Formats: sequence, structure tokens, C-alpha cells
Amino acid sequence: MAYNILICDDSVAMRQMVKMILMAYHYGINEANDGLEALELAKKYKFDLIITDVNMPKMDGLSLVRQLRTLPDYQFTPILLATTEPDGKIKKAAKAARATGWIIKPFEPDRLVAAVKKVLR
Amino acid sequence: MSIDLTEIRELFLEESFDNIDLMESNLLELENGNVNQEIIDGIFRGAHSIKGGAGIFNFEEIIHFAHLMETLLDEIRKKERVITQSLIELLLRSVDALRMMLSALQENNDYDKEEVQACQNALKMPRQENTIDEPAESSEYLTTPVELMPSVAEPLLDSTQPPLTKDKGWHILFKPDLSMLKTGNDPINLFNELVCLGDLEVSADTSQVPAFSDLDAQACYFSWQLTLYADVERHIIEEIFEWVEDECELHITALEPPSPVPPSTPSHEDRNVFDKNEESEISPDIPLPDDGNAAFEKGEDSKTASSAAQLKNEAVFDEEKSNSHSDSEKGKEILQDWGTDEHTKPSYHHATEANSIRVSIDKIDDLINMVGELVITQSMLDQFKDNFDSPLISQLREGLLQLERNSRELQESVMRIRMLPISFSFNRFPRLVHDLSLQLGKKVELKLSGEQTELDKIVLEKINDPLVHLVRNALDHGIESPAQRLHAGKYEKGLLHLHAFHQGSNIIIKISDDGAGFDSEKIRAKAIQQGLLNAEEHPSEEQLYEFIFHPGFSTVTQVNNLSGRGVGMDVVRRNIRALSGTIEVQSKKGQGSTFSIRLPLTLAILDGQLVRVGQEIYILSLLSIIESLRINRALVNSYAGTTEVYRLRDEYIPILRLYDLFSMTSGTTQLEQGILVIVEGDGKKMGLFVDELLSQQQIVIKSLEKNYKKIQGISGATILGDGSVALILDVAGLIQRFHAKTI
Repeated sequence: MAYNILICDDSVAMRQMVKMILMAYHYGINEANDGLEALELAKKYKFDLIITDVNMPKMDGLSLVRQLRTLPDYQFTPILLATTEPDGKIKKAAKAARATGWIIKPFEPDRLVAAVKKVLR
Repeated sequence: MSIDLTEIRELFLEESFDNIDLMESNLLELENGNVNQEIIDGIFRGAHSIKGGAGIFNFEEIIHFAHLMETLLDEIRKKERVITQSLIELLLRSVDALRMMLSALQENNDYDKEEVQACQNALKMPRQENTIDEPAESSEYLTTPVELMPSVAEPLLDSTQPPLTKDKGWHILFKPDLSMLKTGNDPINLFNELVCLGDLEVSADTSQVPAFSDLDAQACYFSWQLTLYADVERHIIEEIFEWVEDECELHITALEPPSPVPPSTPSHEDRNVFDKNEESEISPDIPLPDDGNAAFEKGEDSKTASSAAQLKNEAVFDEEKSNSHSDSEKGKEILQDWGTDEHTKPSYHHATEANSIRVSIDKIDDLINMVGELVITQSMLDQFKDNFDSPLISQLREGLLQLERNSRELQESVMRIRMLPISFSFNRFPRLVHDLSLQLGKKVELKLSGEQTELDKIVLEKINDPLVHLVRNALDHGIESPAQRLHAGKYEKGLLHLHAFHQGSNIIIKISDDGAGFDSEKIRAKAIQQGLLNAEEHPSEEQLYEFIFHPGFSTVTQVNNLSGRGVGMDVVRRNIRALSGTIEVQSKKGQGSTFSIRLPLTLAILDGQLVRVGQEIYILSLLSIIESLRINRALVNSYAGTTEVYRLRDEYIPILRLYDLFSMTSGTTQLEQGILVIVEGDGKKMGLFVDELLSQQQIVIKSLEKNYKKIQGISGATILGDGSVALILDVAGLIQRFHAKTI
């Protein structure tokens, strides 16, 4: 089954990076530039996984996770936060917002794929 | 797996330059007193994104530099530091340095390492000087920026740590919290990962599942006992459970006690595994990674670990504190140093003529729709191909009409892709005005409006230099010093307004200031002095202002480092003309001046009037045509024997016989039989004598220069519907040529 993934990052370079890696594994990739855009897309389509940056204009990653979790469709959907500083603070915040997990930017291809496989069977 | 990073590198650079521009304009906003959180967040994000992107490519100098900026900005963001003028200056300078580093990267050049170092020092310095309770931990990672992004894929433990226990297997008790599923974690995924390591025995404990009526479908009532037969290190298993460690009870114990017995392990098995305090005892035998990699942090042991780290860091901090005084002294020196030679340094701008453009989705969507329509029309016409008979002709016509309409719309959509908002150019001005007004000791408020007005990318790129020149001029010569302004009864702060809007198929850019304006008497005197004007002549003000654009004409007596750059108003006008544009000036002495630039939206398409001369067809830009008329012989005079003029109302307009110009023998030579097209270019009028007017149509301009050579009076060529080539007349060039010949 082909999974549909939404990547949310305000950097096109970052998104392109993720896209290139994951497309090689035949995942369907969708993009959003900020949390607000991601939320709108998520309301329209049902994604199997959302990978979001933390620092973004309009709506940051943590707010996005919180908002998504209020939607019936996204109560159990895996959501991964992509962060450059994987310190205890961000992990706690991620958990508090009910994110599934986190991955470290910049993405190392194998690591990213492993993380995605971890939540998408 | 390996991926091609070239494209991403391009994207990164492009994006980083955008971020830098954004940071710059936000910093200038701050300087204007617009201190709001959103702006500060914006600046922070800029540095953050650049750092993150640079991480992909291991551009360590950039990572390091952006990180320093980010740290400083984060402190501002968290209100740990007040925004001061000098802080903004420092950040602006750092933005420049970052831009320089990125440009160097883009062009594979070296950059000014000293400047970068100086910036770095300055960025670090005030931090130690002002902040009170700066966590020392981050200062440590400032000096070793690479550690910021540890590659977690590699084992977290290095060889300096005690060797791990290698067991034959692990017993895992996993009891998720009721709500674990709500974070999107699924136990099955975790088990699948364990299976990848070795054989796994799973038994589920369903005793906690409540009666059906009390069942919450979204809760997780199970717990599992897992036995993994695999020769792996403990942290590998810990990692698998990393994302859920706070949402479950997790107990990992070695299946067979290894021979080199870790101090606390053996005693575990017979204790109650559900005992919470247990964890703090298990943990010490888990080697502790560098703090920050929280994979192992859990409960109390994380507290002890971090407090130990803190102790260590405090020592470092103290040491730094003692050095901070001398450092800050140095910092001041550097700050002063750069204050004086800021403008003499070469400024690094990223290559403005980028090869790619980012296009908004709706433009592309329009395009795709249009192409779809075109294909439909196409197939509609195809049906006629085989059984063609006359009753269908009207349908064919209809199809052709539709095809034509669609093609035109398609063409417009394609053209729109090349269009960019003028904000790309306008956005540079806040910085320029900021720097210049500081340098000139003037107070200037810059107002931008109509930034979203779009124009062709090429036109946009080429108009930038003239705009910069005009803005410089306005600041240098237009707006007066604060004292002069107060004396003249004006606000101390001058106003410079850049405004853009569309008018037909043109874009108009107005640059107005409320400064001193032009002194028409001074211009007149200067024009007479330079022999451009007779003392008896009394031209209108507008005509006088025309002299401003004359080469070598300047009413400024003293030359400072702003003027005298070898670019005069004549060059500005020449550049604008090269874009088939015009520039006009309006001014009132003591009240300010306004320059209006009119440019075509695109250089690729022209609304043309086809005219026939003999057997040839020429094209005139519709914009240059004022009117066309039948010639009344009585109104034609000739003077000096050679030049014919036509009296149109109160004006005398020179006549140019095109057949003469192109040395053609066929066609009408009798003025009464042809048409006189009155055209205007560069503020001068002329009548072009042609045989007849044909249709008006949009034409696609092909460069003559590229395919043949440059000819004065001809701006290009086009291919007409029947496949023949027609030359496009350059009215301004013709007028110039005409005057050069007759004067």
C-alpha cells in the first residue's frame, strides 16, 4: 500500500531533501510551507504520516501537532517533529503536544527512512 | 543510499539569500521602532533555517556563524536581552557577512575571513558581557558547532566509555499508558523493529481490559512481556522505545547475566519490576551519553546527570567570566572600527541574475488549464480533417476562433510565469536608505507602496540600478538636512516614496521626495553656460528639467562620494530607454520632486500597429503613436530646404518619409496619398509618412541584434502570420537619428 506523507517545512531545500529520499521508497509526498498550510491540507486529505519542522512562520510545529490531534482523523496518525536541537526540552514539548516522535535535522537518508518505517508498516 | 545534492544545494542557496533579505528588512523594521515579537521571530527563523540547511551539506563555517546569530537572536526573542541600536547594527553587519559567505560558496570564491571573524567575535562578546544567567552549556557548544547535530545513526557511545555488556538476549516488560495510542505510536511497530534484531517471543497481558461497557476504544489496555533473543546492546532496544519512554512502563533486563557482571544488574530479577525506584538503580550501569541526547534520560537519573553536567559547566562559565572584561574591550574596538569603514568595503550581493525562478502554484495551474483547453480545441478541429464539407465551415471558423483565444490566453499565462513583484527590487531600499541617511546625517522615512505590482523578471533586474541611482540622488540632493528642513518649516524627517502601479500594459514607478526640488533658474543658467540653451529662449519648466538628463549636466557644485560615481542621469535615462521605457520628472522648488518611470511589463511582447511602406510591412509600438491623419498639403512647410514640417494645431512636427529612410523606390511618394503617423519618443514628436495603416496586433519580439546586428531606429523583428518577417521601428531611435542628421 502506498502511504501518503505530508512534509511541513518553511525551507524548500529541506522539503526537497526529504522528498527525494522518501520518493525513492515510493511514498507519496505532499508539501506545506507552514503549520497553517499543513493544517488546511490535513483537513482536506487524510495523510498517513506528517513530518513537520518546529520553527515556522504563521504556525509552528508544536501548535500544528496540537491542532492536528484535535481532529478526529488525526488522533492516531503518526506525526514526527523534525528538529535541529534534539534536547530534552523539545522532546518533552513534543510529547506534551502528543507528537509521535522526533527526527533530527539535517536528515540523514537512512535514519529518516528508518524513522518513517518505524511508524508506517 | 546516496542522493544528488546539487539541486538541493541550489535551492538552499536561493532560499538562504531570501532569508538574508528578509532578516535584513526585519532588522530595519526593528530599527524603525517596530519592535514586535513577530518580527523578531522572523529574524530568528532566518538564521535558524540557514543553519539547518547548511547542515545538509556540512558547511561548517556557515553553520557556526548562523548558530552564533541564532543564539543571540534567541536571547532577544526570550527577552533576555534588550534591543539596542548597536545590537541592530551588529546584526545587520552579521547579515552582510553571512551573505558574503553564501555568495562565496555559490561562486566558489574565498571570502573575507577577517570580517567574518570580527563579526563572530562581536556576536560572542556582548553575550558574555550582558547576560546574567546564561546557561554555560550553550557556550560550550558554540565553540564546537559540529556537535550540534550528532549523527544519531551512529552508536551514541564512544570508545572512552566502559565496554558494554553483550548479552544473548533481553527480557522486556512493556506496559503502555492508556493514552499511548493517541500519540500515533503503535506497539506493533515497536515489536516489528525488535523482530528485526532477532527472535522475539511475545505474550500479552490482557488482564487490565475492562468490561465491554467500560471499554474506551481509544485506550490501550494491554501490556506485553517480550523476550528478545539477540546479541545486541541495551541502547539499541532503548532507542526503539525512545519515542514512547514517557508513556509507558518499560523494564529491560538481561536474559542471561553476562560473565563480567555489571554492579547492579543481577539483583534485579527477583525484585518487583514495577517498582518505580528501580529505574534509578538500573540506570547507572547504562553508560550516559553526552547530555542533550536524551535517549537514556529517565526519571531521577537524568536529574543527577544534568546537575553533574551543570557543575562541570559552571566551572567553565566562571573561567569565561573572568576573561569577559578584556574581551568586551576588544569588542568595542572592533565595533568602532567597522563603524568608520563600513561603506568603503566592497559589498557582497548575491548574483542578481539567478537562473531559476520560483513560481506560485496558481500561475502553473492556470497554465495547465489552458493547455488542457487547447488540446480539446485541437481535437475538435481534428475531426474536420477527414470529412470536410462546406456546412461544417462555420463550425471550423468557430473552432479556429476558440483556438486563437486559447492560444492568446496560454501565451499570457506563460508570460505571467516570468513576472515577479517589484518588491524584489524595492526590498533592497530600506537598507540602502538606512545606510545612506546615516552617512549623510539626514533623517529619512522610506515609504514603499505597490510592491506587489508585477513585471518581467528581466525588466526587474535591469531597472534596479537606475532605481538605486535615483534613490541615492533623492537622498543626496533632494532631501535636505534636518536643520535646513526645520528652517524651511518642514518636518525634520524627509519622506521618500517609492510607488509602483500598472497602467495598461505598462508599469509606472514613481520615486518622489519632499525635499528641495529642482531650481529651474539654476538649471537654466547652467544650460546657457553649457551652450545648450540661448539666453533669449524661455522654455517651460518641463523642458528645462529635460536638461537634467543631458550627459555631463550637473547643477551640484560639490562632488561627494555619492555622486561622482560615473553614473549620471543620462545613464539612467539610457538604461531605461534600453528597456523601451521613459522617464519624466516633475518638481516644485522647495517642495520636492517626482521621477516617473514608465516601463513595458515585458520585453517579449508588443502591442503593435502594422504599417505598409511600399511592399514592406513595418511595426510601430502602439504606445508611441499619438494619432494618425491624412495630410493636408497646405499645412506642410519646408524649411532649410531639406526638412519638411507639418503644422498640427499649434505645433510644427517634422516629417520623416519612411520610404526615403529605407531607400525604397516603390510605393507612394505623394504626401496627400499616404498617412502621417504622429509618434512620440523621448518627449519629442515626429510624423512618420507611410503608405497605409494595416491591422493592430500583439507581436512577439525577436532580437535583431542576436540574429543580425544592431541598427539604429530598428528595435527588433517579428514573424507575421503569413511567415514573412517585419521590422519593428524604434521611434526614439528614429527621432534621434533624424535630429543627428538635420542638426
